[in-house]
Amino acid sequence: MINVFAAVLSAVPGSEGVGAEEMPSVLAVPIDELIIGIIAFLIVFGVLGKLALPAIKKTLAERTELIEGGLAKADETQAEAQRVLEEYKAALASAREEAAAIRTQAQADRTAIVEEARNEARTAAAAVTAAAEAQIAAERNQATSALTRQVGELAVGLAGKVVGQSLEDDARVRATVDAFISDLEQQAAR
Amino acid sequence: MSADVVLASGGLSCHLMSGCGFPAPGAEIFQFDAVWAPTILGVTFHISKTTILLFLAVVLILGFFLYAFRRPKLVPRGSQNVGEMGYLFIRDGIAREAMGKEGDKFVPFLFSFFFLVWLLNFWSIVPFAQIPVTSIFAIPVAFAIIVYVTWVPLGIYKQGFVPFFKNMMFPPGVPKAMYVLLAPIELISNILVRPFTHSVRLFANMFAGHLLIASFSVAAFYLISASVVGILGSVASFAVAVALTGFEVLIQALQAYIFTLLAAVYISGALHAEH
Repeated sequence: MINVFAAVLSAVPGSEGVGAEEMPSVLAVPIDELIIGIIAFLIVFGVLGKLALPAIKKTLAERTELIEGGLAKADETQAEAQRVLEEYKAALASAREEAAAIRTQAQADRTAIVEEARNEARTAAAAVTAAAEAQIAAERNQATSALTRQVGELAVGLAGKVVGQSLEDDARVRATVDAFISDLEQQAAR
Repeated sequence: MSADVVLASGGLSCHLMSGCGFPAPGAEIFQFDAVWAPTILGVTFHISKTTILLFLAVVLILGFFLYAFRRPKLVPRGSQNVGEMGYLFIRDGIAREAMGKEGDKFVPFLFSFFFLVWLLNFWSIVPFAQIPVTSIFAIPVAFAIIVYVTWVPLGIYKQGFVPFFKNMMFPPGVPKAMYVLLAPIELISNILVRPFTHSVRLFANMFAGHLLIASFSVAAFYLISASVVGILGSVASFAVAVALTGFEVLIQALQAYIFTLLAAVYISGALHAEH
């Protein structure tokens, strides 16, 4: 290969520049420079390939792994957060439902309680009214009977006074008084 | 006359109106005298400025990356951050781009090429260095040969000897008659021309860039003279040299990228038959 190169290059015309008679062409490929070039590359390749680059390759791989691991973990955390959020939302919804139910129940309860209280009040009022009426009736009876008695006594007294003057005079008046008395007695007896 | 000699004497004393022509820089600015020339196993190694810059680049790359990746942390800091950016650029931008997950195995290979080529290109604009080592043709050729002797055996190993050449020479989806034309073209372009274009692309870009900067820099000196045209020309040449230097920074990185990407594409083609 090297010989081919040298042959190709030495065939390039005009490579012997003007005024550079004693100099080799710029397209000449001296074997020593070729060997030096190859050695220079092999040193760089050998040392970097053996010592420097494996370390950085390993580090880059580790970093990729770490980042991918971190991403997986972040995904996991994200999913967990999502799950917790769903749970929270569900709990919130159920709590709302419950609150609504409780409110409805309370509404019903209140209506019932108010109704009951109203009924109770009505009953109590009726009872009070009834008692008052009964008392009034009793008092009226009492008053009536007391009045009857007094009227009777007054009447008897009056009658006595009236009768005392004219009782013998009029048998008819006597009968009337008798009837009145019996009537009174009847009333008193009742 | 080597580059050292040019800088030391000839070019700088010669000016417009002083009776000498424009000392246009040529091939000599890419030639450096050997400071040491040991002979090992019958081969004489010419150790020159570019050789020293080559090994200085090797030392700097190894020093930086060994330091940056000495105890890599999961949370990177400082130089590890920078090194990682380079590593990920090669892995994701070149290796995986060309051959998918399979490319991970070739990251060290491509990584070494990219940073070595880039730094060798970069010497072009470093004060006192000021020569892209990749403009010494033997260096891109050496690199292209390494890539070549990697992907060809790899392709034969992965696909088998005959299928490797068959897949290369008879790409699917072409009318049968076309293979008469296509098969030899594919064989020549892949097996013979490919390493040549791979190395020349890098070499020629860096060579031309350096020559341009050198020409305008020399012109800026040459045109300094007691004339309006000379002064204006000198200032303009200097401005162009500065602009070209900035442009060269982009070209250096781009050529290193292209060289590495092509290496990745060749390897990818060797791993799997082209579709």
